[in-house]
Amino acid sequence: MSKVIDRPEVAKEQHPVAPLLRMDRIPHIWCPGCGIGTVVKCFATALQETEVDLNKLAIVSGIGCSGRAAGYMKLDGFHTTHGRAIPFATGLKLARPELKVVVFSGDGDLAGIGGNHLIHSARRNQDLMVILVNNFNYAMTGGQNAPTTPTPAKTSTMPYGNFEHPFNVPHLVASCGASYVARWTSLHVRRMTKSFKEALNRKGFRFIEVVTPCATLYARLNKLGLGLDLMRFYHQESEIRNGADTRDVAIGYQSKIICGKFVDEDRPSYLETMHEYYRKVLGDKYVPTPPEGGMLREQN
Amino acid sequence: MEADPAGVLTGAHYFDGDFACGEGAMAAGCRFVAGYPITPSTEVVERISRRFPLIGGTFIQMEDELASMAAVAGASWTGTKSMTVTSGPGFSLMMENIGLATMMELPCVVVNVQRGGPSTGLPTMVGQADIMQARWGSHGDYETIALSPQSPQEAFDLVIDAFNLAEIYRTPVMFMMDECVGHMSEKVVIPKPEEIEIVPRKLTTKSPEEFLPYVPDENLVPEFARAGDGYKFHTTGLTHDERGYPVMSAECQELNVRRLVDKIRRNAEKIVRFEEEATDGADVVLITYGITARVARMAIDIARKKGVKVGVIRLIVVWPFPEKHIRELAKKIKAFVVPEINYGQIALEVERCSAGNAATRLVSHMGGGVHNPQDIVDAILEAAK
Repeated sequence: MSKVIDRPEVAKEQHPVAPLLRMDRIPHIWCPGCGIGTVVKCFATALQETEVDLNKLAIVSGIGCSGRAAGYMKLDGFHTTHGRAIPFATGLKLARPELKVVVFSGDGDLAGIGGNHLIHSARRNQDLMVILVNNFNYAMTGGQNAPTTPTPAKTSTMPYGNFEHPFNVPHLVASCGASYVARWTSLHVRRMTKSFKEALNRKGFRFIEVVTPCATLYARLNKLGLGLDLMRFYHQESEIRNGADTRDVAIGYQSKIICGKFVDEDRPSYLETMHEYYRKVLGDKYVPTPPEGGMLREQN
Repeated sequence: MEADPAGVLTGAHYFDGDFACGEGAMAAGCRFVAGYPITPSTEVVERISRRFPLIGGTFIQMEDELASMAAVAGASWTGTKSMTVTSGPGFSLMMENIGLATMMELPCVVVNVQRGGPSTGLPTMVGQADIMQARWGSHGDYETIALSPQSPQEAFDLVIDAFNLAEIYRTPVMFMMDECVGHMSEKVVIPKPEEIEIVPRKLTTKSPEEFLPYVPDENLVPEFARAGDGYKFHTTGLTHDERGYPVMSAECQELNVRRLVDKIRRNAEKIVRFEEEATDGADVVLITYGITARVARMAIDIARKKGVKVGVIRLIVVWPFPEKHIRELAKKIKAFVVPEINYGQIALEVERCSAGNAATRLVSHMGGGVHNPQDIVDAILEAAK
């Protein structure tokens, strides 16, 4: 008989990011060996190590395994519809510009069903930070093919192997105009955390892809072993190439994963561009939405 | 409270219904609009995009209607009065996030300037066939509030009411215009700001420690906390408890969904609104809404000259439906006549509420134009027999 350990209680008292989590919702739904929890931990650490006003920070998720992240963080957290985290976040940001708005979701959600919003938001250099957790498949629904599934990996809807060309997502958003683009794996906890910290203090569209193991589905369907085996694979096969041309960072099946900070440019963000333009053409007549939002208030 | 003067163009204007709707929204305090171009609604956002930078509002043309409705839901969480504007095909795309806004209980207004459908249908021509979609277009059980103006003046006046109802019941409100009302130009009188009654967002007075986002008040409406005010609340489109936490159980579904529906159903008598004329002693009562209400005027006059006792009910609020009233009226009259630019949507509701006590005669028109008043006259004469 094994000894029962009351893990939530231990975590509540001892885990360094516990103050940033909704401990009443822990344990979370993620599988053993999954990498999403690591990304949440790194994000929480980045928040702790950055002087960000947590009252003015919102996290928005879509649907899927990674989409559950917004529900575990003790922030204004929005669990929205499938693919629509980015436009939902856009409304939050534009209607109350003083907020920092972070989108945390998966590859299927952001690059599949939400792909149109991803490219247009990058094109506008919208003032959002987007964390895309890429586990190469639709895991919540049982391991179906994703727009990021490498060829010829097996998925539950490509049982003979995927023959569709996948997205190179960092290249996609970089070519649309994102001002910050990075990629790490869930093995790179310090570098990932550093990227999150940098991105939190930048403006415009900041995009960080994190490659994570899906031990239950993607790894099992492709006989890649457990989560730990995938971490070992990342250790052996990932290569850090900061400033790499994003055309060269596509991910093949069990091939090298090029990581690093690919783009970090000081480019005017959506809000900056809008304010500057309206000030130029309308002069004093321009009345921007106030930082605290356009809410009507009773006059005292 | 009074309207913010910045948004109110007091005076007499000559506007089409789309412009009047845009002006009404700004007078109501709307300061966030996300939309996507679609005929015959585009003039609403054209008006708003010209005026918003001068009055502190933000307009963004999103990449599609899915995004537009999602952005409106996000913006509403900041306490900002928010709206999107579309027509049939875009309305279909918005349904998913209308469901989200319903589930998260977000005040907002969705304008649909109706054209002929299904599918691309008649982009530049009138229809009234989205009335049922306004009610239940998104999946799952919910109740909605929908209004239907018959003139540019009403497009102005009623969109303000739409914003107010959205605030009172914390729900998206459908503003069901039609191409005729949207594109006809008439005199529109905009009152002074102090004459415009505005319902502001009711913010919770609880501290972040005591606050739970989905504890209902006596009207079944929960208190609101804005994003960014330190409440650190969670909200989701999943079935949720009073904490806003997802709970996957039949018990939680029962509480959550029953309350969403009941907060409209139990308050229906307060929301229902119609104009009634000469129904006392009438043999035939017309049930009308939108542009068809105006076309029916001529038919009513002709039928009365022929000696028929005709009454009329014009629906201002279409959903919730004035069920009790129609039920009572059905016991006193011979028949209802329902002209509408569809193949029978409100007519079904009238028939249901009549419960066999009065006949229901639909005068349908498939869209692309309004009724020939003679067709309505014929139906009235037939019904009076």
